[in-house]
Amino acid sequence: MIHFIVHDEGDSVGVVVVEGVTAQQELTGWVMDQDKTITAKVLNDVPIGHKFALKDLDNGATVMKYDTDIGRTVAPIKTGEHVHVHNLKTKRW
Amino acid sequence: MQSKTFLGYRRENGRVGIRNHVVILPVDDLSNAACEAVGNNIKGTLAIPHPYGRLQFGADLELHFRTIIGTGANPNVAAVIVIGIEPGWTQKVVDGIAATGKPVAGFSIELNGDITTIANASRKAKEYVQWASELQREECPVEELWVSCKCGESDTTSGLGSNPTVGNAFDKLYEMGNTLVFGETTELTGGEHLVRDRCISKEVADKFMATWKAYDDMVQENKTNDLSDSQPTKGNIIGGLTTIEEKALGNIQKIGRKCSVHSILEPAEEPKGKGLHFMDSSSAAAEMVTLCGAAGFVVHFFPTGQGNIIGNPIVPVIKITANPRTARTMSEHVDVDVSGLLQREINLDKAGDMLLDTMMRTCNGRYTAAEALGHREFVLTRLYRSA
Repeated sequence: MIHFIVHDEGDSVGVVVVEGVTAQQELTGWVMDQDKTITAKVLNDVPIGHKFALKDLDNGATVMKYDTDIGRTVAPIKTGEHVHVHNLKTKRW
Repeated sequence: MQSKTFLGYRRENGRVGIRNHVVILPVDDLSNAACEAVGNNIKGTLAIPHPYGRLQFGADLELHFRTIIGTGANPNVAAVIVIGIEPGWTQKVVDGIAATGKPVAGFSIELNGDITTIANASRKAKEYVQWASELQREECPVEELWVSCKCGESDTTSGLGSNPTVGNAFDKLYEMGNTLVFGETTELTGGEHLVRDRCISKEVADKFMATWKAYDDMVQENKTNDLSDSQPTKGNIIGGLTTIEEKALGNIQKIGRKCSVHSILEPAEEPKGKGLHFMDSSSAAAEMVTLCGAAGFVVHFFPTGQGNIIGNPIVPVIKITANPRTARTMSEHVDVDVSGLLQREINLDKAGDMLLDTMMRTCNGRYTAAEALGHREFVLTRLYRSA
């Protein structure tokens, strides 16, 4: 089963694509653009469709998805931590 | 896609429609009651009420006329009854629709009252609907289909699955020579450079960037916060999308990998040639689909993540989702379930073909989920306040 998908291997985040993922769970992921399989452990419960960090991110760091800038962190984020509106903001508005 | 032809309605101006509506079209808000009464009197007609058409001016008024006339002129419409409060603007709408060659008649309410107007318009509507009900579908080449796209209640699965499915189908239609459109100006923010780089010439690219910037400037001038909960929406955020940039990069998947952008259209403007076009437009679902219908598009691809349920009075809206939870919990709204993409049970080529197969069945007459459920959202875009 694929638990999460990453658009590009340079991305900072993966997207959970199954329901019921819980903290400390070991997940299997698919990196689409490079067609690779990877594994990761999440630190929080992560709902379907939500993101978690694939690497440690400092406060103010640029977050990459689709190999493109999707905003900046507003708190330090650890590998495996849930990434969403509480710690990631737009750079545009 | 097995067949290269479908069964459509060939209209007087040569365009091909996939539905055969007789529309009762109000020029203004005041005429909704009469239009709905005619729609109730004469079976097989369709009234399309809306809230505007009074005291508008300038570019906003031009957009109103372009949208109302374009809706009546759409090839999915066989004939039109136009009703307005006064004769001047009523005739303007009638003349605009009559340029297609289709039957159209106008009725105005002042000096007549609702009851006389309804009686006269009903008599004409009965004539039209009996005429239209004898029109036969005929074999038409697939490349004559004008196909629009716009996504809604997106989530991260939209960018992973349902939007790339539309992109794959658009790539295939583009190669065949179909006429295609996308829009949602603000919802390209963060990926506007990617769309610019897909434009067919520097002139088109410059016009695209100027169009995008003008919309972004409007947002910057009017915003009171970072648009949290508006763009992305509450539903987007529940679904896991965090920023406008992330939403935009998913959105742009709809234009595939091979299509070039041939022109930049005003809202509700009809494109001049085949290929993919960008329409300056709202990202709100019903507004955008209404503008596509007014520009002459006859079938719409609508990918959704969390489950937007929109339809349109005259344009069949095909829903595609890659979110397995949405496919399970809102199955009555979903026409094409591509959630298998996320588990690699199907590939993108297969998903694109599934959508094109559903498109062909829809064009041959099969009701979409939104049609069967009675979704007829018709929402006019306003540019600014009335005078």
